[in-house]
Amino acid sequence: MSSSSETAATQATWTPDRPIVSIHGVHKRFGDFEVLRGVTFDVMKGDVVCVIGPSGSGKSTLLRCINALVPIDEGSIQVAGQEVHDPKLDKLALRKKVGMVFQQYNLFPHKTALQNVMMAPIQVLKQDKAEVRERALKLMKKVRLNGKEDAYPGELSGGQQQRVAIARSLAMNPDVMLFDEVTAALDPETVKEVLVTIRDLAEEGMTCMLVTHEMGFAREIADMMYFTDNGVIVESGPPKEFFANPRDARTKEFLGQIL
Amino acid sequence: MRAAGERLYGTTDLPVLLPPGERLLRRASRERTDGVPRLTLKAWHGAVIAAVVLLAAAAAQAQGAAEARPGVLTALWKWVPLLVEGFLFNIAISFLGMGIGTALGTVLGVMQISLLPPVRAGSWIVTQFFRNAPWLVLLFFCMFLLPFEFRVMGFVVPFPDWVKATLGLSLPVMANVSEIVRGAVQSIPSGQWEAAESLAFSRRQTLVQIILPQCIKRMLPPWMNLYAILTMATVLASVVGVSEVMTLTQRVLSAESRPELLVPFYGFVLLLFFMYCYPIARFTHKLELRYVVKL
Amino acid sequence: MEDFFQWFRWLYDETGINLTILYDSFDRERMVRGFFNTIYLSLICLALSVVIGLVGAWLQGSPLKWTRRIVQGYIQLFRNTPPLVQMYFFFFALGSLMPRMENEYGIMEPVLSNWHWAIISLSFFAGAFNVEIFRSGIEAVPRSTVEAAESLGYTRLKTYIYVVLPLAFRVCLPALNNNLVNLVKTTTLAYAIAVPEMLYVANQIWSDSVNVPEMMTFLLLAYVVLVGLLVHVMNRWERAMRLPGYGV
Repeated sequence: MSSSSETAATQATWTPDRPIVSIHGVHKRFGDFEVLRGVTFDVMKGDVVCVIGPSGSGKSTLLRCINALVPIDEGSIQVAGQEVHDPKLDKLALRKKVGMVFQQYNLFPHKTALQNVMMAPIQVLKQDKAEVRERALKLMKKVRLNGKEDAYPGELSGGQQQRVAIARSLAMNPDVMLFDEVTAALDPETVKEVLVTIRDLAEEGMTCMLVTHEMGFAREIADMMYFTDNGVIVESGPPKEFFANPRDARTKEFLGQIL
Repeated sequence: MRAAGERLYGTTDLPVLLPPGERLLRRASRERTDGVPRLTLKAWHGAVIAAVVLLAAAAAQAQGAAEARPGVLTALWKWVPLLVEGFLFNIAISFLGMGIGTALGTVLGVMQISLLPPVRAGSWIVTQFFRNAPWLVLLFFCMFLLPFEFRVMGFVVPFPDWVKATLGLSLPVMANVSEIVRGAVQSIPSGQWEAAESLAFSRRQTLVQIILPQCIKRMLPPWMNLYAILTMATVLASVVGVSEVMTLTQRVLSAESRPELLVPFYGFVLLLFFMYCYPIARFTHKLELRYVVKL
Repeated sequence: MEDFFQWFRWLYDETGINLTILYDSFDRERMVRGFFNTIYLSLICLALSVVIGLVGAWLQGSPLKWTRRIVQGYIQLFRNTPPLVQMYFFFFALGSLMPRMENEYGIMEPVLSNWHWAIISLSFFAGAFNVEIFRSGIEAVPRSTVEAAESLGYTRLKTYIYVVLPLAFRVCLPALNNNLVNLVKTTTLAYAIAVPEMLYVANQIWSDSVNVPEMMTFLLLAYVVLVGLLVHVMNRWERAMRLPGYGV
């Protein structure tokens, strides 16, 4: 855990021995309702972190805060040394580092699968079109969707759309990937193909943060588990320990309900 | 989690027959955004109007045959070129009015979703103002309050009546287009904004590259419907004396001063409008069906 | 009150802003009458159009094919032609066919005045929309709801009064309100056949007093406020009537 004086020092120079995502004392309110009430934890490069918890406990909000989709009220979030809670935040630079995949895929329905993957690098990063195309084709292959490049999102199944969404985020070459309940809207039979894609990514050493209800999957791939309830982290630990003997009563209750 | 009903309408590619209540509510809410009722023309309406014209003309012909005046059909035939010319003027006004209204309305609509509260409030007020004002009153307003000529650097730019009428008609079009744009943008799921934002698109890029292209498909049917309504509203210009088809018809009728001409001539005007608006309504309907099915 | 009105005379003397409708009692009364004529025209056309709508919806449920076709023809004809041309058609074309009668001063005049024709044509115009609205509204009440009411011992009439119509009314309300707002705006067309509603009266006043800009601005504001108020009240009413989980 870094103190605030260190925080300032790390701003410019992030080194791999420091956490790539550092969350410190984060508070977030929506009106009178406090969704996050002092959340603190670190994620090291290459780690796979799973956040679980009952609905409404602030898991998704936490992910959105990391990406600056939702501004935080208090505390600090640093991504590769860049402070997110900063009015002068360079959102473009932050979002190049952080990729996000949503529950509802949110593909752009007026563009083909391949165009969805190519759009942001070309229009936002102003990269060379031919180069991007080559990379996008590789990514489509990586998510096992070669052959579906010219399909429109409406013509793809939920699982296929979600994999395009993953490829679309990867095209920005992010350092961290955020997955917000990415399998929650899928049919049971297509959940697996998406999970396999995420596991491939994790095995390649991509830093991943997942909010998920897939406990089996979390136990398999996570390096670290976090359980949130009522806007705070109640319990954390490596998955083996976390699932085998949870210490907190609320964790026990939750796992008891869900497993 | 999605509700069961939403899932049903959102994910199937089959045409879903909505229950009548929902259909009615959807139409009502759509008409509210469009600001105008929908046009539902059918081919047989044209046939009926044509029949009225012909029957009335034939009946009057038979009646007038006793008197030594040219027949009603002959009279109608004599004036057709003039009336068609007048109608073309209506079309020209509608094109121009739609162009101006769309350009201004799009800007106003985008301003309605601005992040700056004063811009948003201002454009909302302007939109509501011109949406709530009756078309005819706006037409009068432009007719009487715009000068008949402008002086620009010593040049006199004439500002004839029909230009003023066009401007007057384009004001409500502007307000309705503004609502159509706002409605379409707001109908795009917020996930699209979030996804674009998380891919580092700026707000402007998101709007231009991602949101507006998706809106066009949704805006096209109400926009075309609005155009047909505007075309029918061009006859209002006759009230303020622009020589469009209705004015010409009335002048012809008073010159001929034969009561038996009234029904065929007014019927002919209806027929002209029908022949123009019907294909538009057909096409709009087709587009709408495609959109409903492919949600 | 008189001081308030006189202030506008002073305003005219000082600035040239000539609001005769405020300081001149003749113009004021004319304008007030015009305003109430607009309201009266709207209300009476609303009432008639609702009656036409109900009758039409009832006729559309008729087992006779031709009855349904005629109603359908009426709806389509009135929905798809410019209301101004409809009004001209009624007033000039049909009006010319009407018999004339001697009035109390011994002058021959048509049985139906311009007022009558305006009311007829606007009511039929708005009524065409109402037929469809009522019909869809009644269809919207699920058969199962009717059966439930009947199984509880409601008679057919009572089912209609206590179950079908209240539900149908809620479904119809937004569409009906759209139609009413449109109707108020469409009453301006009565100007074209010299019915003394607001627009027509305003026109008379500005011809007499040569104060076109003032009258035009006043007229525009008056309509925007009138229609805006109407829309606002209707929206609140709709919100209050909305049933959770029923409709959009």
